[in-house]
Amino acid sequence: MSKLIVSSIGPASSVQDGGRPGSQRYGLTPSGAMDRLALAAANTLVGNEPFAAAVEIGPFGASFTARCGAVRIALAGASRSADVAGRAVAFDTSATLAEGETLTLGFAKRGAFSYLAIEGGITGEPMFGSLAVNARAGLGSPYPRPLQSGDELQVQRASGAAERRIALPERPDAPIRILFGPQDDEFSEDNKKLFLDGEWKISATSDRMGYRLEGPVIKHLHGHNIVSDGTVNGSIQVPGNGQPIVLMPDRGTSGGYPKIATVISADFGRFAQISAGHAFRFKTVTMAEAQAEARKFAELLATLPDRLRPLEGLDLNLEALSAANVAGHAVNAVDAATWQVAESATS
Amino acid sequence: MAAREAPPRLLPSGDSAITVEFSRNIDDAANRRVLALDRTLAAAPIAGVTETVPTYRSLLVHYDPVQIDFEALGEQLLTLARRPDPAAARTRRWRIPVAYGGEHGIDLEDVANTLDTTPDEIVRRHVGGDYRVAMIGFTPGWSYLSGLDKFLHMPRRQNPRVLTPAGTISIGGVQTGIQCIAGPSGWHLLGRTAVRTYQLHRDPIFLLEPGDTVSFTAVDAKTYVEQDRAAEAGEFVAELVAA
Repeated sequence: MSKLIVSSIGPASSVQDGGRPGSQRYGLTPSGAMDRLALAAANTLVGNEPFAAAVEIGPFGASFTARCGAVRIALAGASRSADVAGRAVAFDTSATLAEGETLTLGFAKRGAFSYLAIEGGITGEPMFGSLAVNARAGLGSPYPRPLQSGDELQVQRASGAAERRIALPERPDAPIRILFGPQDDEFSEDNKKLFLDGEWKISATSDRMGYRLEGPVIKHLHGHNIVSDGTVNGSIQVPGNGQPIVLMPDRGTSGGYPKIATVISADFGRFAQISAGHAFRFKTVTMAEAQAEARKFAELLATLPDRLRPLEGLDLNLEALSAANVAGHAVNAVDAATWQVAESATS
Repeated sequence: MAAREAPPRLLPSGDSAITVEFSRNIDDAANRRVLALDRTLAAAPIAGVTETVPTYRSLLVHYDPVQIDFEALGEQLLTLARRPDPAAARTRRWRIPVAYGGEHGIDLEDVANTLDTTPDEIVRRHVGGDYRVAMIGFTPGWSYLSGLDKFLHMPRRQNPRVLTPAGTISIGGVQTGIQCIAGPSGWHLLGRTAVRTYQLHRDPIFLLEPGDTVSFTAVDAKTYVEQDRAAEAGEFVAELVAA
């Protein structure tokens, strides 16, 4: 066994996996990764099951040190600076830390949460089939709380397998798609329009339970108290102050504010990655569209291994890179890798 | 008889869950229909349904849209909602010990004053109730009970408390509840039970099921301490008086 020592870490960072659905009828929230695609991509890079436990790293910096042997890792999700002993580590690629080496991560640049997957996963004692941290319920392993500096993760010694990259589809900076309901009849048509037309920002007081939105004040038709009913990831409830709260994986399993709409499941991870203060809008779709998108998203998750490429393929096509820069797109080495795959897919 | 009742409303909760709503209010008949549909679904599972969450007035049905779509699932749920309750006769009955008042129920005196009666009378009425677990939600094991004596109905506190203790027995609105883990609450705290409705490393982890019936029995502070020790060691402390 090797160890990955948490040398330094900011708040809102914890071990997360696919979560523990199945006990919401007892008030136990499912928890699990905020961005399931990024978790699955990182795990796929190091040969793990897509929803194996990994470290979900919040917006601040962090560093991790390999002890008692080498550790193979992969990064996906919110991009940020990453280096090992002066070597830059690209997102959406795997890399190996030699014994004693430290991976240093900067602040998130685009997005909120990055995922650090470790080859072989994280050793822990699953509860309800999951290592995901839910501090309030005393769940999570190896620590039933967010990670702190000095924590140690027991992990597998690096296999020495060749490093890889994964070609993920670009995430558009498009409106977040929603379905109205279940309680949109608690709002007038004017207020529903205000919700759709408004520009929203995520408040800095948001967390894994809920993202608080700042924007136009949404008024209720009959007050803000309803009889509590069940919630889902992406439920958009409107409390008395008219500023919606989008429920996230550590949400209460029931809630007593009217829910005007729900983020579609295919857009949930993209929504979770919107950083505080960044403006965005909502857009309504039909149930048929939302369910078609859900099936496409499931297909993407199921076919992630087909998107793996040898890391050697990262050799830059300098001509193409320069052409892209001339065309006005700032392309760095990481983007170039993705972009080259897009090129080869079309040729 | 069931066939004459109005069909529930099917409300989308995104693309992967349907809220099957029987009423907009806290309504005993609606809660019975929610629990009946939950049991019917458990007895006759629909492929693609992943999890159900009964609440006072609706059943939240989580499903996988890769396996079944909204229209097809909605139709099947409406069909099932017309069936008679398969297990209405079989309910478990629990007796739960409560230490009322003092440090364990810091609002008992205030509740008595507000209702212009004595703390003993509040306890007598609360213990005298025959309750049903209408739903479990919010935090693990938080059991919302219907059947509270009308005399004890009162609005929630103006200022919710940020932290109330594990095991708190409280009243709020028309409900009473058993809170399992420490957390925020706007309800009035009458007492505390040693019973853990949620305890890791115990079988079962969750003691109560939606639909179970519950009665309370008053115990003194010393008994509470003994029971708390036993419960910590994994004993139920709650008494199963009928199954």
